[in-house]
Amino acid sequence: MAESVTVENLSFWFGKQQVLKDISLSAQAREVTALIGPSGCGKTTLLRCINRLYRLYSGASITGKITVGTENVLDPRIDQVELRRRVGMIFQKPNPFPHLSIFENVAAGIRLHGLAQGREVAERVESCLKKVALWEEVKDRLDRPGTMLSIGQQQRLCFARTLAVEPRVFLMDEPCASLDPVSTMRIEELIRELHKEYTVIIVTHNMQQAARISQQTAFVLNGEVVEVGRTAEMFVRTRDERTEAYLTGKMG
Amino acid sequence: MACPSGDKVGEGFFPYLTASAAALLLLLVAGILLIVFRGAWPALHTFGLAFLFETVWNPVADVYGAAPAILGTIITSLLALALAGPLGVGTAIFLSELAPLWLRKPASFVVELLAAVPSIVYGLWGLFVLAPIMRTVVGAWLEKNLGFLPMFQGPSIGVGVLTASVVLTIVILPTITAISREVMRAVPSELREGMYALGATRWEVISRVVLPNSRTGILGALLLALGRAIGEAMAVTMVIGNANAIPTSFLAPAQTAASQIVNEFPEAFDLHLSSLFLLGLVLLVITLVINASAVWLVYRTNQNAGGALIRHER
Repeated sequence: MAESVTVENLSFWFGKQQVLKDISLSAQAREVTALIGPSGCGKTTLLRCINRLYRLYSGASITGKITVGTENVLDPRIDQVELRRRVGMIFQKPNPFPHLSIFENVAAGIRLHGLAQGREVAERVESCLKKVALWEEVKDRLDRPGTMLSIGQQQRLCFARTLAVEPRVFLMDEPCASLDPVSTMRIEELIRELHKEYTVIIVTHNMQQAARISQQTAFVLNGEVVEVGRTAEMFVRTRDERTEAYLTGKMG
Repeated sequence: MACPSGDKVGEGFFPYLTASAAALLLLLVAGILLIVFRGAWPALHTFGLAFLFETVWNPVADVYGAAPAILGTIITSLLALALAGPLGVGTAIFLSELAPLWLRKPASFVVELLAAVPSIVYGLWGLFVLAPIMRTVVGAWLEKNLGFLPMFQGPSIGVGVLTASVVLTIVILPTITAISREVMRAVPSELREGMYALGATRWEVISRVVLPNSRTGILGALLLALGRAIGEAMAVTMVIGNANAIPTSFLAPAQTAASQIVNEFPEAFDLHLSSLFLLGLVLLVITLVINASAVWLVYRTNQNAGGALIRHER
């Protein structure tokens, strides 16, 4: 199911400002790749290039190549709808749909793509809620609005919503930034589960988090990838002095 | 924070100044209600609730029933709402979701500008431009092709229910568009992105996220526009034809509560005058109820939309 993501010579401009400079990076299937780096360095933009969410805002231009599975997703002929179904995204701030119930939040994507009908929808919703360990907490109030859940539960609801459309790749934009430590722990557990079946690319500010959950880490600074390596090695012995400075808290 | 001593006088005085301005406004509203009610009392005492249902309005016989005017008001306003609603909400969707960025600001500005045109100007346009077109083109076509239906029976004389409704449509269109656009803009972009990220098309994001989340605000905008249509006097008076009869055809001249007051107030006295006051009271109550529910609905959607409301309410 999982598909690898390869970024080659990616440059990105917003208006005249160059946000990403000649980035090359490869995220293996069934691995967690963490993007770390100071605020405003382009991590989020890089993530939004992969599912082409940057296209929602005008003024962007892009060069290079991003391959998901075997397809170049920057090819203008590619079906954006199909791409975004294959490449799911979790946002920094949990964004369940306030007008929909807990059940319908998870079912939203299923209905959108007509992935199931009738009783099958309920089965899928249940299995997705179980995967994110939310089922026991919400099974008696599936018809209540998704926004009545705690913020940590809302984020897990968003995971379930994304799981429901059967993506190959998970993009996560600081998914724990607005969560308390306990909720953060549960999300990290979830990510450790997910990477067995999916490719995960996660942006994080928290270096300990990157160390805990990822197999590969990329350090991004001013729109460039300064260093990429196996997480276990990188946190022990960095090759670039700028990474060293960031990791030891002298910068960032 | 330290204040220079000169400012301290203003500090103490200013709250009282603003409070008395606010109190004056409340007094004014209470005064208007009182005067209208006092003026309406003789008619209310004479006719009671039957005033609402009687169809004869005859100053010569001193008999007054408001059914034709009330019905005329309701028909023209609802027809205007039926025309302006889809048009205004559609425009709002375009301005908020689909228009290219460079067009959004100027186009929204033009819409708000339309709201600032005095209704008498729309009335003049209605009388000199729209009415001839209605008589020779639209009305004539309806009469010829649908005239067998009572509601489109001729003669098509240019002024009447349909012409008044079209003018009202234009009067209330900016209100609907501007408020709907504002409540749609108030839908957080994270929700749109969430739906896009699931693989939704632009239209699916609009229909599944934007519209459901701005539903109450749009409903509020429609109600507010309805209140405006019901209360509109000058523009309607100029194009409705002013006939004291229950309108049976869209092409026939009729009367609304507001147009009746405009037409007859200068020459009315005694019970006639009081009946006009009573008509005004009925109008006041209807618009008050509609406006209050609209304000409540839009307020419930969110605070920003409430701001939009204050700018467009009159």
